[in-house]
Amino acid sequence: MTEMDEPELTNSRLGSLEYDPAPESTAIAHFRPSYGIFIDGRFTDPSSHEQFVSLNPANEEVLATVAQSSREDVDRAVASARHAYDTVWSRTSGPERAKYLFRIARLIQERARELAVVETLDNGKPIRESRDVDVPLSAAHFFYYAGWADKLGYAGFGPDPRPIGVAGQIIPWNFPLLMAAWKLAPALAAGNTCVLKPAETTSLSALLLAEILQQADLPPGVVNIITGDGASGAALVDHPGVDKIAFTGSTEVGRLIQQRVAPSQKRLTLELGGKGANIVFDDAPIDEMIEGIIDGIFFNQGHVCCAGSRLLVQESIADEVLRRLVRRMEQLRVGDPMDKNTDVGAINSAAQLARIRELSSFGESEGATRYTSSCMLPDKGYWFAPTVFANVSQSHRIAREEIFGPVLSVLTFRTPEEAVVKANNTNYGLACGVWSEKGSRTLWVAQRLRAGVIWANTYNKFDPSSPFGGVRESGFGREGGRHGLEAYLDV
Amino acid sequence: MSEPRLDVRKTYKLLINGAFPRSESGRSYKVFTQSGEFLANVAQGSRKDLRDAVLAARGVQAKWWASSAYNRGQVIYRLAEMAESRRDELAVHVGAAEGLRAPEAFASVARAIDRIVWYAGWTDKITQVYGGANPVAGPFFNFSLPTPSGVVAVLASQESSLEGFVDAVLAPIAAGNTVVALASELRPTPAVLLGEMSATSDFPAGVLNIITGVTSELAPTLASHEEIDGIDLAGVGVDQASELNVIAAGSIKRVFRPRQNDTDPTRRLRAFIETSTVWHTIGQ
Repeated sequence: MTEMDEPELTNSRLGSLEYDPAPESTAIAHFRPSYGIFIDGRFTDPSSHEQFVSLNPANEEVLATVAQSSREDVDRAVASARHAYDTVWSRTSGPERAKYLFRIARLIQERARELAVVETLDNGKPIRESRDVDVPLSAAHFFYYAGWADKLGYAGFGPDPRPIGVAGQIIPWNFPLLMAAWKLAPALAAGNTCVLKPAETTSLSALLLAEILQQADLPPGVVNIITGDGASGAALVDHPGVDKIAFTGSTEVGRLIQQRVAPSQKRLTLELGGKGANIVFDDAPIDEMIEGIIDGIFFNQGHVCCAGSRLLVQESIADEVLRRLVRRMEQLRVGDPMDKNTDVGAINSAAQLARIRELSSFGESEGATRYTSSCMLPDKGYWFAPTVFANVSQSHRIAREEIFGPVLSVLTFRTPEEAVVKANNTNYGLACGVWSEKGSRTLWVAQRLRAGVIWANTYNKFDPSSPFGGVRESGFGREGGRHGLEAYLDV
Repeated sequence: MSEPRLDVRKTYKLLINGAFPRSESGRSYKVFTQSGEFLANVAQGSRKDLRDAVLAARGVQAKWWASSAYNRGQVIYRLAEMAESRRDELAVHVGAAEGLRAPEAFASVARAIDRIVWYAGWTDKITQVYGGANPVAGPFFNFSLPTPSGVVAVLASQESSLEGFVDAVLAPIAAGNTVVALASELRPTPAVLLGEMSATSDFPAGVLNIITGVTSELAPTLASHEEIDGIDLAGVGVDQASELNVIAAGSIKRVFRPRQNDTDPTRRLRAFIETSTVWHTIGQ
């Protein structure tokens, strides 16, 4: 770094410039006061009539109440899926299945603004992200897999690969609609029927998707959506009528699911946690790289399984990178998720906020240096200011455990070999980033990283044609691309 | 009349890291032919032997994967050459272990050797068959590469002493994994012979490790070992497979349970392959 640009860097006032509020209207989102579960093409009351609230995490206001599904409800949903599989979906030809999926993709595009608003209200993520990432990618996923439905014989799994049957799908709260699309689209294309369980805190976009499936005239029972907490998910995992479980969530819960499924013949794919290393070499283009690091950890409040939560910086540029990073972090706009200028929204739940606070407190007590954005946080709702820890060592808890929040740990290295060793020093293996202008070095590093996804000079990019998923304790199976079909075919 | 020559009998040992030790436990157990005649004393491997083998397999895995696919194919083909020249010996052992008459035993050995050749040809095809470029919407070159899971534990078939063993160990090895294999408990000698042949086939030490011993004693150690990434449960029954599967879940292992009368020989090959996807920016 050069000494002379230092005052400019540290004294920049860019981050404190006032922007007028630019809120997206919430008028387009119409919530019912309470929601039933979606079985056999209709919303029905849960057997227990038990409901729980779904909050807007940005202000703690109740958006609607959602049904708590019991074992009986799971039973009904699985029976509905089985019936639809036997009588309708397994007899629906590939070209016809394809057209249903194309329809769903189009309907998502038609109702994109509404979906984005619902997602942001229920999840707390910035409207800019739900509008530009979650919803368009969800539509793209259905569009992509629609085209596979009548071409399965060309996917490399033999001339006539068969579906598995009834798929139980359990998804997390960080990308509620997108994860539903990642699960449903390949499953339906391959000819399976589904029982989907959204996360407890973020059911509303999935329930809106149920309305879209009705509009698409998808045959009743082909997709069933049951809401509820972990108990509902466990009932789905244990249900003998389910042929396949697909789970996205924490490694802790994934391990339990693998154990519960183990004695059965059920197929299983797991997309679990991560502690992604973002490796920065001293020849990387610094402006792009700083943006990439910021995007890698603060995108979606860091509620990203593949977040670049461990920054590995080459020692020669460590001081400059840290200084620029802290300055850039100061400029992030934290607050009202409905404001189109917001960069970082609300933490999804009180429980997640407590976990982020707890793990971050270990950062300081174990000797790392803390930099926290001085942004003003709203009084109501769940908020955590973007935070960077420097002087982190590999044994620190904040370098080992998945925080799943806007908290970055910075470590240093000298040689490419050391970078690879440190990046692989984890039981996880989901994603890594490599920043360098030297292609041969990037590929050398990429070859040695134990990770399912490697982003070179970019980070947190997703595409329906690109397989996503982990190695080691980040799970197994892929979502996206030709590879994603394998998870839903009997091959 | 010259006196009849006394034959020189072999000690059947473990294969760990390219060496042939007895079990560190000092234990051995008796192995019989299918018709009940004494065949040999075979080393009874211990949990410590397994851990040593895992250490060796882990240590050499990156090197095995880093060698060229062409080279890996030649090493595996070399094993077929070694096996071909010792066909008679293999057939005697397969016949004795499985109770086969000579023509059947020779046929089984022939199929096993042909299977080795088949896997030799896979090493440099896997990347193209299971990988590819992905047409993402954006200025990126995006490609998916099949990569090995890492270290794979094989509980080899109890019945098919050579054919089953060959299939279970060479599928992961061809894909770039290294292997710790538990041979058939009651029919271990063909696997031991194959291990001896591998030592003269340019396999780097530790790529293939073979332990003989009691399956029920050793299998849980393999299923729970944190440095093992995947496990093939061919050699255990349904109940024990379920138990081991539960243990394996503790470290999110990839678990392969063979299907009955499976007609797809690529299933085992695909079982211990990961897909690693690289995004690289495109720009001036």
